[in-house]
Amino acid sequence: MDFLAEHQPELLPGKRQLPPTQGVIEAPHGTTIVAVTFPGGVVLAGDRRATMGNVIAQRDIEKVFPADEYSAVGIAGTAGLAVEMVKLFQLELEHFEKVEGAQLSLEGKANRLSTMIRSNLGMAMQGLAVVPLFAGYDVDRERGRIFSYDVTGGRSEEHGYAATGSGSIFARGAMKKLFREDLSEAEATTLVVQALYDAADDDSATGGPDVARRIYPIVTVITEDGFRRLGDEESSEIARSILERRLEQPDGPRASLL
Amino acid sequence: MSTPFYVSPQQAMADRAEYARKGIARGRSLVVLQYADGIVFVGENPSRALHKFSEIYDRIGFAAAGKYNEYENLRIGGVRYADLRGYTYDRDDVTARGLANVYAQTLGTIFSSAAQKPSEVELVVAEVGETPEGDQIYRLPHDGSIVDEHGSVAVGGNAELISSYLDQRHQDGMSLAEALQLAVQALSRESNGSQREIPAERLEVAVLDRTRPQSRKFKRIVGRQLDRLLEAGGAATEAESADDESEGSSGGSEK
Repeated sequence: MDFLAEHQPELLPGKRQLPPTQGVIEAPHGTTIVAVTFPGGVVLAGDRRATMGNVIAQRDIEKVFPADEYSAVGIAGTAGLAVEMVKLFQLELEHFEKVEGAQLSLEGKANRLSTMIRSNLGMAMQGLAVVPLFAGYDVDRERGRIFSYDVTGGRSEEHGYAATGSGSIFARGAMKKLFREDLSEAEATTLVVQALYDAADDDSATGGPDVARRIYPIVTVITEDGFRRLGDEESSEIARSILERRLEQPDGPRASLL
Repeated sequence: MSTPFYVSPQQAMADRAEYARKGIARGRSLVVLQYADGIVFVGENPSRALHKFSEIYDRIGFAAAGKYNEYENLRIGGVRYADLRGYTYDRDDVTARGLANVYAQTLGTIFSSAAQKPSEVELVVAEVGETPEGDQIYRLPHDGSIVDEHGSVAVGGNAELISSYLDQRHQDGMSLAEALQLAVQALSRESNGSQREIPAERLEVAVLDRTRPQSRKFKRIVGRQLDRLLEAGGAATEAESADDESEGSSGGSEK
């Protein structure tokens, strides 16, 4: 990154001159990302919709990316900028790893992402914000961890579960009621899809599972063994089983009152 | 007033080449071999921290013999070149051929510039393809030339001896254990024809494995996995080892 800044600064997102604009620029926005930790790892998932105002810009956008072997980023906000940010982030982690011969610590990766979001503040103030969710397996502490960000690059570690994007309020509500400390990996993946379903239920910008087009949420799992993205088969299986139950109980599983 | 000695350009170049060759010969040798599923790098390296082999990009690996600080500089330059290429264009646009050309330019410029001392390094840049036919191995000597190699290549101190040994015995489609065994046998040959033992903890081994599901194919082989492979290779070649021994020493004394 420092090398890039010196030699080809125009390749860095934060270094560009912004033309003065009037009003809000219309660009596709990504919506909801959720993450849940479970003993032994962390699950990060995202819906597939990108919106531009009231229009659905893309039905099958992918918003969850591996950052390296043990971490992943889910993006909400302006899709174009966010994808570029992730690309640069991936590059930096890989570059560091190759040059130094060792991986950055999970905290180090989270801090690096924080700086990159801050460098986008100018754009964010013009309505092109990027707010990712970062999840990874901490090899030293042997557990999954989640970091959430605000638009100014403020970073905070979340315990248990977290969500970002327009549907995050609803997703967080769902996860709050469903989360337990002793989730298995399979339960955690089901939980995130439930949360995304609830988000899609109440937020128009979040896409639910699209059975007709076979578009299902992207679910990724990071454990000791590294990053793994659930195949189409697996994620459709989860989405379908949830869908089936929701046909009888549209609001999803009920938590007990007391 | 003293008159400077006239040194012919031929002589000056020959001296520089001699200087570089001597520097490289002081280092331990390393070998790069093709095997069925990719390319394996094997070298003797007492240090665990200073690597002779490294990942440059998805399918590209780097090996160097000679002076550590000089090749480390070149390695980092290579990683930068590759990462910048891959970021600006696409991951597929980073090729070993392009990288080897950049290295050749750098080494050549340093070699022929009178202001700098020639680099005492010899590099190998290898790229693993989808099939064994797609594998590329380039050897870059100190003077900036590029040699396109097939099957096996050795650089460093005993390079000539080792590569002639490898050329005789290397076959296409060897398993990893077999290739590793052959590499260790080749490395343990001394110039006087004797054999010495290289313990597993002094070996540095890395592979570019085309069967790896990740896009990054480079992997170091250490610890238990290395021991297992060495054992498997040892068992497979045990039958022919007696035959190998006599043949090998006569091959060594020819030099």
